Amino acid sequence: MLTFALRRLLMAVPTLLFISLVIFLLLELAPGDPVADMPLTIPPEVREKIRISLGLGEPMHVRYALWLYNLFVTEPSYWIDALFGTDLAQGSQRIISFQTRAPVFDTIAERMPQTLIVVGMGYVVGVLIALPIGIISAYRQYSVFDQIGTFISMVGFSVPTFVTGVMLIVVFSVWLGWFPSIYDTTLQVTDWPSFVKQMRQMVMPVFVLALYNAAQISRYMRASMLDNMTQDYVRTARAKGMSERVVILKHVLRNSMIPVVTVIALGVPGVFTGAIITENVFKVNGLGQQLLLSIQGNDAPMVLTISFIFAILIVLFNLIADLLYGLLDPRIRYD
Amino acid sequence: MTDLPDSLAAARPPRNQWWDVWDQFRSHKGALIGSVILALTLFSVLAGPWLWGVDPTFINIRMRDQPPSLAHPLGTDQLGRDMLARLFAGGQITIAVGMTAMALSILLGTLIGVLAGYFRRIDGPLMRLTDLFLALPLLPLLLLMVMLFREPLVGSFGPEGGIFALIVVAIGVTSWMQTARIVRGDVLALKEREFVLASRSIGTPARRMILRHILPNVMSPIMVSATLGVANAVITESALSFLGLGFPPDFPTWGRLLNDGLAYINLSPERVIWPAIALSALVLSINYIGDGLRDALDPRIRGR
Amino acid sequence: MKMRTALLGAAAAFAFAPMAQAERGTDGNVNVIYWQAPSILNPFLSGGTKDVEASSIILEPLARYNPEGVLVPFLAEEIPTLENGGVSEDLKSITWKLQPDLLWSDGTPVTAEDAVFTWQYCTHPEGGCAQLSKYNGVSNVEAVDDLTIKISFEDAQPNPYGPMVGGQSPILQKAQFENCLGTKAPECTDANFGPIGTGPFRVVDFRTNDVIQLEANPNYRDPAKPAFATMTFKGGGDAEAAGRAVLETGEFDYAWNLQLAPTVIASMAAAGKGKAISAFGTLVERIEVNMTWADPSLPEGERSTAKHPHPILSDLNVRKAISMAIDREILTEIGYGQAGRATCNLVPAPAAYASPNTDCMVQDIEGAKALLEQSGWTVGAGGIREKDGMQLKLLFQSSTNAVRQDFQALIKQWWSEIGVEAELKNVAGSVFFGADPGSPDTFQKFYADVEMYANNFDGTDPQAYLASYTCDKAPRPETQWQGENVNRFCDPAYDEVVEELARTGEITRRQELAIRLNEILTKDTYTIIPLVDRGRVSAHSNSLGGVSLNTWDSEMWNVADWYRVK
Repeated sequence: MLTFALRRLLMAVPTLLFISLVIFLLLELAPGDPVADMPLTIPPEVREKIRISLGLGEPMHVRYALWLYNLFVTEPSYWIDALFGTDLAQGSQRIISFQTRAPVFDTIAERMPQTLIVVGMGYVVGVLIALPIGIISAYRQYSVFDQIGTFISMVGFSVPTFVTGVMLIVVFSVWLGWFPSIYDTTLQVTDWPSFVKQMRQMVMPVFVLALYNAAQISRYMRASMLDNMTQDYVRTARAKGMSERVVILKHVLRNSMIPVVTVIALGVPGVFTGAIITENVFKVNGLGQQLLLSIQGNDAPMVLTISFIFAILIVLFNLIADLLYGLLDPRIRYD
Repeated sequence: MTDLPDSLAAARPPRNQWWDVWDQFRSHKGALIGSVILALTLFSVLAGPWLWGVDPTFINIRMRDQPPSLAHPLGTDQLGRDMLARLFAGGQITIAVGMTAMALSILLGTLIGVLAGYFRRIDGPLMRLTDLFLALPLLPLLLLMVMLFREPLVGSFGPEGGIFALIVVAIGVTSWMQTARIVRGDVLALKEREFVLASRSIGTPARRMILRHILPNVMSPIMVSATLGVANAVITESALSFLGLGFPPDFPTWGRLLNDGLAYINLSPERVIWPAIALSALVLSINYIGDGLRDALDPRIRGR
Repeated sequence: MKMRTALLGAAAAFAFAPMAQAERGTDGNVNVIYWQAPSILNPFLSGGTKDVEASSIILEPLARYNPEGVLVPFLAEEIPTLENGGVSEDLKSITWKLQPDLLWSDGTPVTAEDAVFTWQYCTHPEGGCAQLSKYNGVSNVEAVDDLTIKISFEDAQPNPYGPMVGGQSPILQKAQFENCLGTKAPECTDANFGPIGTGPFRVVDFRTNDVIQLEANPNYRDPAKPAFATMTFKGGGDAEAAGRAVLETGEFDYAWNLQLAPTVIASMAAAGKGKAISAFGTLVERIEVNMTWADPSLPEGERSTAKHPHPILSDLNVRKAISMAIDREILTEIGYGQAGRATCNLVPAPAAYASPNTDCMVQDIEGAKALLEQSGWTVGAGGIREKDGMQLKLLFQSSTNAVRQDFQALIKQWWSEIGVEAELKNVAGSVFFGADPGSPDTFQKFYADVEMYANNFDGTDPQAYLASYTCDKAPRPETQWQGENVNRFCDPAYDEVVEELARTGEITRRQELAIRLNEILTKDTYTIIPLVDRGRVSAHSNSLGGVSLNTWDSEMWNVADWYRVK
């Protein structure tokens, strides 16, 4: 298992380099222009000069090489400098965003906490709701609980988050006035009242995300449980006189986890890049919102860097999922 | 099946196994209701425009923002277009896009998942391909596809057909990855099961192994993916038209109706609610049909 | 009785308190929301409106335009004119005098050197300054003494109020930006995110694309202002959410540029928490006609070029007919309400430059049909007109925007009534307004027959704006598809009038020439079909006083005068 993990990690390096190249080419070839959202009153000659000052005058391969160099040499040396007070970077240029003209990693670091708190919470809550709902719905198939669960999760999944989000705002912020419609990103949690305030502003975005995630995961959980419930080994276990609890939670659940683990692992990287629509609806300054702004503004360095981090997480969590398969079902072997 | 009493076997004429499937499906209440709802939805979006006879793109400025009335059972929008007619017309496109894109994505996902799970040699490359597609930023990819292929496709299939093909392919090739990962995970576990080992030991060729033994056993996650895939395709389509990458702006898809209605949620919430209900009904009915099909196709449940 | 009068008097005194005896920082916090989030506070590095407006709270120019479009001094003592000798007789230089004793927010004095530095900063060849065109034709900026700035031009400049005037062209502090010239400009993140200025507020914390926290500038020149101690400037989301936060939930005090349907704004305002305000500038929503042919069957490099005049739209009658079929009043009512006025002009304001042309105001379907008949376009299959085997079909593109798509649908219907078939297409704004020469969907490349968008000009002088329709400004493959004359309109007579305008200093003659140019483009040739003169709608809460909506400069131009209504 360990050698497998190590080999996969080694393999990940060329994979990731290739992915970064593909993303870079994609951004190059896709139509768009970083000066597109400037007012039309700025004449074309000036726009051309701005483009050159952004480094767009250089040929493609030079820009890609520069980005790679910055990512793997300049940025780490800045972090080391910041940690140990050394001067490895010596004032060299970091990866600069087209839109903000500031280092890309500063913006990412600034937005990471809110992303993890809000989107992460939405995901965790979603998973925690989804698993029991999936298990109970499968165990009591076609019961009232199952029917209601199916109904809510299907409605929750088929109505897009931009609709549920706005509906919640209209009901709970405009009509009832319970929760703020705009997330205050400057709020510092220092005492009880500010904690309560933070909770209040998190309720709606977390709810929207949790509903969406729970809907999806619970469906896979239920389907997989149903598949296993009729297997021979379940009958055997029951015949041996095991309690229902042990049969369901130990045998069936463990064997049903493979698709669920896949889905959950696929969703975790999404937490880091955020939930674009939900963050935008509630004005949470997460990474998803930044990614959307950067794509709209054709801010190639920002999009490339965020996408690359996302790619690392995807490769990593898919590896974790593969390792978990082996734990859940020892018959799956990698050699 | 071998321990079936001979008398019983003799009493019933031999029949196609699909009849058994149908019998089981018929006895599934949810599936039946789902089929009826789906049939109704299909009937109304196909026959609705013909029966209702109002042009969904006809603008009557004087009748704008009307609440529901006899002339306009669902009211009118901000330009005075009849909402009912728009819902019907939108349904045709939405259902067609949702179903086709879902089918494409499930096909791709299942194919890649099964191949990767079953044949160890191509597992690595296929899963790295999956990683690549998962990591690609969707929006620039779609922009690029639209830029490269819109004109040639529109040129060869006409504005509607060309954009339909473009959108279906765009959604299909950007949403198969989850299915592929799930299917692969299940296949990895399945191929170590006793019945697979047994049939391999008698020399069953790979093709038959996959079709007869592997695929039927991964049907349930595929069914779930399919259900979720329809909703996903419809939402992606609405995001595309919102960004100007989808159908021309006067094509009323359900996603676009939702988007447009959202601005007027204070004034007339029904403009959001109706398309949302239509969409949920579609997805729910597909879900129940999927449930019924899954039960019906499972020989262990069938006949119990 | 006496008691009651006294109480009333006290109440009245209390109500007028902020006006009468305002004091800096007594009104607490003010919340502003812009649905486009500022990404940087240096307007020279980003021309985006959101960035310019946000930075205008902190950075100030010598003079600004007020809501009437009149120049008022800010850092300058007075506006230099020919009469007071500030502008030289040959129109080749202008001399500004700074107010005495001005301080930057860090307490150091403002001098003419800062202005000279600002010029050097923006005109540095490698800086990529977004406001470079403000310094067009400037040959030198010099500090005559500590408080006197002399700007010299290469040629006579009939309108010398370009450099360091208006929200786009403020003055930077030399000490802060000294090491940020040229390629070093983007490296000065701290300065770009927290410029030291002379405005009423200074930056406490800047989070890019999210929120700015500001506090009253202790060195602001008016000791009684600003009334607010702090300001929170939130960005991001969409116009609906911004409107909702001010008008419906009251969480915010001011929301910028609510591009929403009038019925939506009205329903929000009905909640009674605030009011929508509007004002007009020079922004005109228009249909641009492609004078060249963009047919996909033409070889790449020849589409939309002067090589292939448009087979349908080269006919003046067709252009006129598609204009006559449009009911501009209805478009205005549906799309903009109180923030729009139907117009037939490309230059709708200032009043002295606006043509009295109202020819297009009345929709005339029958007249349009007659014009088409006259040109030989007869009704053929499916009600679509045709001539010489060519059907009257037009591809109509625009950027993605709810109001524009409504307009497209409406116009398509009117055109179908006169036998013109339109195919609609919308393109994401970031692509449409981008200048990527590889993309077929940009507004410059114009691979369509007609397109709709809005444009305006900075300040009050339309010269540069009208000069963008000369022959040489047409985007074409040789210019990498750059250029403002997207119609590929080309008329030597027009170019001549443009040259004359550039030479003329006398104000009434300038106005005549500008009106003439406007009429050539609109009512003479129908190259441009103006639709709506678009105003700006913003909203403020009932408790925010002192707001004066300005479309000629930044909306934050008088934020120093804002106060809390008690």
